[in-house]
Amino acid sequence: MQTAEQIAPPSAERPVHYLNVDYGIRSWLFTKDHKRIALLYLFVITGMFFLGGLFALLIRLELLTPAADLVQADTYNKLFTMHGIIMVFFFLIPSIPAVLGNFVLPMMIGARDLAFPRLNLASWYIFVVGVVFTLWAVFTGGIDTGWTFYTPYSTIGSNTKVIPAAVGIFINGFSSILTGLNFIVTVHRMRAPGLTWLRLPLFVWALYATSIIFILGTPVIAITLALVGVERGFHVGIFDPALGGDPILFQHLFWFYSHPAVYIMILPSMGVVSEIVPCFARKSPFGYAFIAFSSLAIAFLGFLVWGHHMFVAGQSAYASLIFSFLSFAVAIPSAVKVFNWTATLYRGSVLLDAPMLYALGFIGLFTIGGLTGLFLASLGLDVHVHDTYFVVAHFHYIMVGGAVMGYLGGIHYWWPKITGRMYPETLARLAALIVFLGFNLTFFPQFILGYLGMPRRYHVYPDEFQVLNVMSTAGASILGLGYLLPMTYLIWSLRYGARAPANPWGATGLEWQTPSPPPTENFAITRPRSRRGRRSSRRRPRTSSMTRFSSTTRRGSACGSSS
Amino acid sequence: MLERLGFLPAAASTHAARVDALYFFLIAVSGFFATLIAGLIVTFAYRYRRRAGSETPQPIKGSLALELTWSIIPFGIAMVIFFWGARLFVSVHTPPANALDVFVVGRQWMWKVQHIEGRREINELHVPIGRPVKLTLTSEDVIHSFFVPAFRIKQDAVPGRYTQEWFEATLPGTYHLFCAEYCGTEHSRMIGHIVVMDPADYQAWLSEGVPAGANAASGASTGVLAVAASGEALFQRLGCATCHRGVSGALGPALGGLFGTRVKLQDGETVVADEDYLRESIVNPQAKIVEGYQALMPTFQGQVSEEDLMQLITYIKALRGS
Repeated sequence: MQTAEQIAPPSAERPVHYLNVDYGIRSWLFTKDHKRIALLYLFVITGMFFLGGLFALLIRLELLTPAADLVQADTYNKLFTMHGIIMVFFFLIPSIPAVLGNFVLPMMIGARDLAFPRLNLASWYIFVVGVVFTLWAVFTGGIDTGWTFYTPYSTIGSNTKVIPAAVGIFINGFSSILTGLNFIVTVHRMRAPGLTWLRLPLFVWALYATSIIFILGTPVIAITLALVGVERGFHVGIFDPALGGDPILFQHLFWFYSHPAVYIMILPSMGVVSEIVPCFARKSPFGYAFIAFSSLAIAFLGFLVWGHHMFVAGQSAYASLIFSFLSFAVAIPSAVKVFNWTATLYRGSVLLDAPMLYALGFIGLFTIGGLTGLFLASLGLDVHVHDTYFVVAHFHYIMVGGAVMGYLGGIHYWWPKITGRMYPETLARLAALIVFLGFNLTFFPQFILGYLGMPRRYHVYPDEFQVLNVMSTAGASILGLGYLLPMTYLIWSLRYGARAPANPWGATGLEWQTPSPPPTENFAITRPRSRRGRRSSRRRPRTSSMTRFSSTTRRGSACGSSS
Repeated sequence: MLERLGFLPAAASTHAARVDALYFFLIAVSGFFATLIAGLIVTFAYRYRRRAGSETPQPIKGSLALELTWSIIPFGIAMVIFFWGARLFVSVHTPPANALDVFVVGRQWMWKVQHIEGRREINELHVPIGRPVKLTLTSEDVIHSFFVPAFRIKQDAVPGRYTQEWFEATLPGTYHLFCAEYCGTEHSRMIGHIVVMDPADYQAWLSEGVPAGANAASGASTGVLAVAASGEALFQRLGCATCHRGVSGALGPALGGLFGTRVKLQDGETVVADEDYLRESIVNPQAKIVEGYQALMPTFQGQVSEEDLMQLITYIKALRGS
């Protein structure tokens, strides 16, 4: 890396930045700085990631043999439930938006902070309260309904901690809604002069599309889980047919949120990849507008495909036909993105540093995840593979192969900006490789397992499925190692990493125009944030970084060529 | 071949080969695109690797022609898959008229099977080859799902309603039956076997005695009495005939020849008298009132089990018009 010679001399006049501007626990718990709030999120969701990962490890260990040896049925059912709830609601959904989005979105558009800094802090506190309720459910007996909470099992069948877990997710929903609201207002109102919509970084487009889903979708899951609580607690017939309710109604409500939630998890990752690929290929994004608008198309179409989770649930065959058609339609904007990322590499100057390895890994794994989605969208085939390990493999390719790879790529990409330190590059490349290989070994066998007919959520299974399960468990241990490695060297780099320059990658985004780590209000000289009237900038208007927006028409002109 | 190598489950129904064909097509399509993308990425990453820190590639903005190409061609392929899958789906949703009727009730954690000729079994289903079999499914408690990988079929068994699936077995043997919808503690032990037999063996099996224990669980002692006859006995015992006498002026509508016809309701709507309608009219009679009748019928919810309901409905279906 080009950074070795740039290690700053010790102290003397160390610049003041958002990390050293203030010390003490109060300065963090009452901070209104979006960057510090992002780190607060990072702290909590990293804990949740490793807790959810621990549950996954226990699941895989139990499945090493066909019999019940490590844990009993009830424990196993709680493990996969809590793995799902924690990973989906408390890691994947907040991960990129609340950590990376929170940190870089204001900087990317040249703003000092989000539109509502206090609301941003409130979102984190609400999130933490949701975490506390869910952990309460987890550590006082657990919950065994599956993360999907299907009725009537969740209302009359289960005697575990359904209500505390539902309350946790319900509360957490407000955090998502407020974050989405904050992002949307910020993008509308606080863009730098000259930064028009079609010059926005693609990550901002992705976060904008995600925020729309946050706001429109999240209330539905909150209401649905509240109804589960009402039926469970007060025996009001909503979903239980014995009380006059309809169990399929729950599935409609649940998936109306939870399918768009898949796009909440994957869109931000797509945004990260759309930043990393052009930067490490020194090219502007190929088909910028198509990538940007495909994010919106996914957010919109994503709301119309929930019924593809219910092809064998007993919904009308006509509804299934329409949902199948729409599910094929939503595949197109995703395909467009993949093709555009690939084309961005064409005649580029490609450097395979760790963020790029994660981004390219994302493209490969997301492609497999997306293509196997066609199997599931196809009605006649879904009848066979629905609720088997084929589905488990498919959504892990999207959520782990896709969302988590994107997240790790983004963490490495912005780590110098966030911490002011470089991570060890060789080790990071190695970790990216281990994650990629471990992931494939874990989840590819599950496609075969699923087509062979192994149902998901099975604690014991027929002997003939063992070989593939052993492969999967072996892969999972490699994957686990691959995740511990970045955790270790990133912490190490906080103290021993080389000091990061303002723009170690030669990237073009505005977030790289400010020192690493950035000062509290991001840019050295602040400018008034009113929409009208003159703006005093640290640069004269329409020069320097702003020029890029006017002269090169779009962001992401070749990396490193701006100097 | 693929089956012996462990990549495919046994194929034992007319439907299985058709699903596998679509599966192979999708593997071919996915393989092509995955290889294409991976190949391009690896090629570009190598061919255009950064050779000097200062190199600045020429910017390329994009290409409308390419964008259209890689939108329209995938869409066309997606539509082929859609129609192919839809055709298969429609065929699994249209059982042939000559199908054997079998009732299946799921409960935590067992499958209870009732053949129309009267024989019952638990966690097992015996069927003949060469004859379509239609399953009518429901559940006593939570949602279950009746999944037979060798037949490539699956259908949820939902409490409070009937769902259906059908198949025609082609290959004698014993195959897995799984519950595919998570249903609580022993979900993964809610499994059983499908025994596919030659027609002659099947007939012999049908006329055998009741397997030990099969009736104990359901509390009935009907033996191999035909299901419709059990239904008739229930019809009398529950006093249904008091009102549904099939004569004019009776308190309830006549039931002879009712099944499959369109029924005009008090509120002007019309419904088809299918199994779900009959079921609802027994457990929740106030839901749909037939035109010209009063809402007098009490509910039978809690008084009749799912098996009783299936027997009653079979009896009503068999009633001829007067």
